[in-house]
Parts: sequence; C-alpha cells; structure tokens
Amino acid sequence: MHSDRASLGLKIAAITGLLFLHLPILLIFLYAFTTEEKSYQFPPPGLTLKWFGVAWGRDDIWPPLILSLEVAAIATVVAIILGTLVSAAMSRTKFFGREQISLLILLPIALPGVITGMALRSAFSVMDIPYSVWTIILGHATFCIVIVYNNAVARFRRISGGILEASSDLGANGFQTFRHVLLPNLGSALLAGGMLAFALSFDEVIVTTFTAGQQSTLPIWMLQELVRPRQRPVTNVVAIVVFMVTFLPILCAYYLTRDGDQTAGGGK
Amino acid sequence: MRDAPAILPDRGLADRISAALWRHPKAFLGLLLALPLLWLGVVYLGSLAALLLQSFYSIDEFSGVVKEEFTLKTYAELFRAQNLDIIVRTLLMSALVTLACAVIAFPIAYFAARYAKGRWKALFYLGVMLPLWSSYLVKVYAWKLILAKEGIVTWAAEGAGMGFFLDAVLALPGVGGNSLSTSPMGTFIVFVYIWLPYMILPMQASLERVPGSMLEAAADLGASGGQTFRTVILPLALPGVIAGSIFTFSLTLGDYIIPQIIGTSARFIGLAVYQLQGTAGNIPLAAAFAVVPIIIMLIYLTIAKRMGAFDAL
Repeated sequence: MHSDRASLGLKIAAITGLLFLHLPILLIFLYAFTTEEKSYQFPPPGLTLKWFGVAWGRDDIWPPLILSLEVAAIATVVAIILGTLVSAAMSRTKFFGREQISLLILLPIALPGVITGMALRSAFSVMDIPYSVWTIILGHATFCIVIVYNNAVARFRRISGGILEASSDLGANGFQTFRHVLLPNLGSALLAGGMLAFALSFDEVIVTTFTAGQQSTLPIWMLQELVRPRQRPVTNVVAIVVFMVTFLPILCAYYLTRDGDQTAGGGK
Repeated sequence: MRDAPAILPDRGLADRISAALWRHPKAFLGLLLALPLLWLGVVYLGSLAALLLQSFYSIDEFSGVVKEEFTLKTYAELFRAQNLDIIVRTLLMSALVTLACAVIAFPIAYFAARYAKGRWKALFYLGVMLPLWSSYLVKVYAWKLILAKEGIVTWAAEGAGMGFFLDAVLALPGVGGNSLSTSPMGTFIVFVYIWLPYMILPMQASLERVPGSMLEAAADLGASGGQTFRTVILPLALPGVIAGSIFTFSLTLGDYIIPQIIGTSARFIGLAVYQLQGTAGNIPLAAAFAVVPIIIMLIYLTIAKRMGAFDAL
C-alpha cells in the first residue's frame, strides 16, 4: 500500500536515526563541566566551570593549536588555487584524459586515509625528506583540492557561458572578465569550498600522524590524550574548540551554497 | 561621427595575453591544468609509487635495516597466519559495518527523499551533513564517554533494570569484553556511527530518483508494502546503496584510530600499517600492508561500476 504520508514506524525510525547521529556530541559538552577528572562517570557528580580556565593556562595546548591553524590556513590557500584552476579546465572543455584527471582528483579521499598517509611516509623515507610543517601541509592540501574542486565545478556549471561572452563583446580582456564577471559569481562557492577544506584540514588526524613526525597538531594532541588520559575534562574543552572550529565553517558553507540557483545567467 | 572599429585596438600586455590565450585554447587548457596536475602527479602519484617501491623492499631481520633490493619476500609475509588474521578481521568488520549502515540509513534516506518537504527537507539535509563533516576525533571521543564502564550506557541500563542484559551481552564470547568500550562490539558500534552519514547521502539521492508513480502502480497492481520494497524500491535504489557502501567499506578498511581507542587490542589493517611504520620501523611490510586495501578497493570498485553505482554518486 502506498500513501503520501509516512507511516508512524518510518517516521520514528527516521527521527531516531537522526537523534542517534546528534545526541552523542552533546555529551562532549556536558563532560567539559564535570567535577570528576579521573573517569567518565555518568551522571557527573558535580558541575564546574574551572576546566575552561585550566585549559587556557595549559602550555601544551597552545603550540598544537597554532600549528593546526597554520597548516589549515596554508593548505586551504593551496587547495583553493589548485582546485579553482582544475575546475576551470574541467568545466569548459572536453579533452583527452578528462576522466582520468577527475579520478586523480578524487583518489586522495576515495582511498582510505591510511594509504595516503603511508604513501607520503614512504616517499619521505625514499627521498630522505625531514618532517616539517610543510610535510603536513603537503598531505592536507592534496586531499583538500577535491573539496574546493567539487564546490567550484558545480558553480562553473551553473554560470552561463553567455555572460562571459557578453563581457568579451563589451571589450573586456580575459583578466577583466575574470575580475569583474567570473570571480563575483564564483566567490561564494570558493569561500564555501575553502571553509570546508579548512574544517577538514583542521581536524584531520589519520594522514597527519604519518606526515608530522614529532610535531603535534591539535588532533594529534587529542589523540594522545585519548590513548593516555590526564585531566579528562580539559580534553573535553579542547574537543569543544575543535568541534566549533569545524562546525561553524560547515554551517557557513551550507548557507553560502544553498541559494546557488540564483547565480547570474542561471535562469536561462 | 566616425564608426568605431569592429576590433578594439589592444590596450597593453593584458589584452595581448588574453588574445593569445583565446587563439590557442589548448595552451590555455595546459596552463590551467599544469599546476594542479604537477601537484597531484608528483605529490600524490609519486607517493603512491614510493609506496609500491617500498613494498618490494625487505627488512634485514638482524640489523633492522631496509634492504633496497627487489624482492617478493615482504608480500609473502602477509600470508603468515597472524597477518592473514588481521586482513580477515578487517574485511569481516568492514562488511558488517557496511551492512548495518545500509539497514539503519534506509529509513532516514527514504523519509528524507519521499516525505520531507521544505523546512523538514533542509533540516534532514543539515542533520546528515553536520555529523558527516564535524570533527572525526570529537565523535570518537564522544563514544568513549558513552561506552565507558562507568558511562551513560551502563547508567541507563541499570536505571531501566536492564543491567543483567548488558552483562549478558558483554559476556558473549568473541564480541563481548570487560566493558563496551573495550569490546569488539564497541568498535563496531562506533564504526557504524561514524560512517553512517556517508551511506545516507547517496542512498537518499538514488531514492529521490525513484518515481512516485511507480510506487502507485505497484500499489494499484496489488503489491503489499513488503513486495513493493523488494521488487520496486530496492532494485531502483541499489546503485545508491552500493555507492554508499563504497565509502563505508573503504573507510572502515583503512581506519586505525577507532580500533585503537575503542575495542580490544586486536589489530586491523590500518593499525598494523601504523605500528609497523612507527615503533617497529618496518616500512616495507607497512607498505605491503597498505597495498592490501588498495587491491581490495580496486576489486570492489570494479564490481560497483558494473552495477551502475557511479551514476548514483
């Protein structure tokens, strides 16, 4: 039997499923206020605000935080440049090897992270490259390209070729068309792609453990705390920070690309 | 007034470059692609080549130094009982996680595709996107809190008078353990949770393409709900399910953080790679281990392609 209204069972299953996806994260917030620092006792014996102060005062958190921000920022810039270039090439023309290139862009996130990580690790070992900030960035930028590419290529498809031709007809050269016509239309998609890339890089841990050597990004710091916990609520405070730094860009990216249908020339 | 010329006089270098690129579209294309291809080609493919190269080296058992000579010895080591164990365990876990994800994802995807409208549709979309993108480690950590022996699951089970049930589940041989956070079952639950959104999205996309008229036709022809599901919805949605399974399978196959934090110390492929390259310093064997998921995924992708999964992505 088929009707236009969902059966009660389906509704309950769907909503339970969504709650299953969201409720666990709330616990991270709760445990940041607990007075119990040696175990994950539930319900918390008492609530306190002191862990935020303690986290702020801990010297071992700041360097990883700064390193993570630095890596994410540079990787994002590299990914935006490379992702935009390749999406411009892929969206306009058909050429030999196009399919292969799209596979090549996708591969770094389609294959498990441990492969990308181990591959980079092998390359560093073969070529005797010492670990540095740049080895981390190398890995991050590689899998961030596809994020920017996906956003940019979708927008390119919606921008009508007509407005670019109109711009040339009115006497603009390629650079002026790029600056005054293409970029304003592409901007929000690039911003959204960049934000997602930043979020992905900021919180990446699998590839990073292979490319960081002795350096510690914030996720690696967190991983160490998870394996050998010290002050557990402090880890929760850091987890909240990591969560917010990834959550806010994702939300922004969603709102930036949601109204994509209103791109100039898209009405045709 | 004189007629303006049809072709504007050029106003400098920028104009001349634009014109040259316009006349040579191939050169323009090459210019656009040069940097990205150089990056992906050198950094990524170069690294994969290095990985393959390392996997054909071997390690000297006495000195622990990598011998840079071609050999298949390292690959042969993969077939030792303990290493085969790791591979089988990982494959089994990936298959179970994929299956569970498909079952749990279906109602969410179906509801979002078929019944959610307007605000609800946006809510469902965000409701799946946010957990997909939000911090991986934070999500794993949340489950460590939940599954801990003194954590919320035990508290809730005891509060509901189900403590004996939890104990019975934990006493099961093979999947149980001291607490959920140190049992294979815990590992399984967390895998399912973390990769679930990757299954929902492609599934929803393919379900959205099932025409409502077909469901009506099935109902008109007297099919029951179950029959409609088996003979109409499932075959049409299958490419989406397979597309989703590529993610859940591949991601479980390579993950090494989750089994390290939640579960027994039993090793998975990812963990083996990580430990071999790190503390053990055996890069050749680590590389050979990393080749295993590549081969499995290549086989998987070939089958998926045959079944039309790529049209659903």
